[in-house]
Amino acid sequence: MTFESGKIGAIGDKDSILAFKAIGVEVFVVDTPIEADEVLKTIRKKQYSVVFLTEELASAMTNTLQKLKTNTFPTIILIPSASGAGNGFAQENLKKDIEKALGTGL
Amino acid sequence: MAQNQINPTRIELRKCKTRLKSATAGHKLLKDKLDEMVRQFLTLARKAQQMRQEVESELLSIFKSFALARAIVGSQEIESALYMPTMSVAVQTATKSIMGVTVPIIKTKLPEQKASLPYALASAPPELDQAIFKFYDFVQKLIKLGESEKICALLAEEMEKTRRRVNALEYIMIPELKNSIQYIQMKLDENERAALVRLMKVKEKLEKED
Repeated sequence: MTFESGKIGAIGDKDSILAFKAIGVEVFVVDTPIEADEVLKTIRKKQYSVVFLTEELASAMTNTLQKLKTNTFPTIILIPSASGAGNGFAQENLKKDIEKALGTGL
Repeated sequence: MAQNQINPTRIELRKCKTRLKSATAGHKLLKDKLDEMVRQFLTLARKAQQMRQEVESELLSIFKSFALARAIVGSQEIESALYMPTMSVAVQTATKSIMGVTVPIIKTKLPEQKASLPYALASAPPELDQAIFKFYDFVQKLIKLGESEKICALLAEEMEKTRRRVNALEYIMIPELKNSIQYIQMKLDENERAALVRLMKVKEKLEKED
């Protein structure tokens, strides 16, 4: 199996992605879902294989995410944002996938 | 009805029979594929769900440590301390196939040596050091989670498609073909009887004339 090296990026508000900056992940600070959408579009062309995205932003850009869902890469990993608990968007997503796959919940 | 459009001929009957045969075979294959996918998906999805919960609570506690550090020395200090990271995380990717679905494999590549912190120790509170190291170890888990979730999403997509095909075959194609076969068979039998009766009549007539 041949492995290719890929880049990691993180998109989110300043507080949430500070931690990613600290360990050397390339970060893109955005404040609105529209900006995040733009960043995601440019990122796609640059062969990032893993992108971290805050749930807060993700829940407002479902269209773009839906399109990316069926691609093998990039893998978008949703993280709760630093401001309080996550909104459960990622868990909801997983649940939806399970329902889609099995025709019923787990 | 569809059966009104087919000619009740022997050739048509044979065609329908072969189609029914391949449809049944295809249905069985697809159903087996779906069953196997369900089996694999179940374990993967359960794992992903569990991982997601673990990761989220862990991540929140790490964020809390960062917030704490920020509260002690102020956001600007923290940001400037972290501005030039000395650690680096990269990933290596490949793809594999689960039941014919191309899914990613993502390996996190951490440098062999644990890198030093990007700032002078005195310039930031020890909470920050802890948080960074914790996060550095944690990111591997996070990426693993992303990989599992992606696999689940891709598998789910394929399973939905397969299920649709199985249902289309089972509830539409196969019954329709069976119907057609029955219809043709009946028509052919009918024709045969008609021919027989006609012959008998003709024979009767001929005998009368003689």
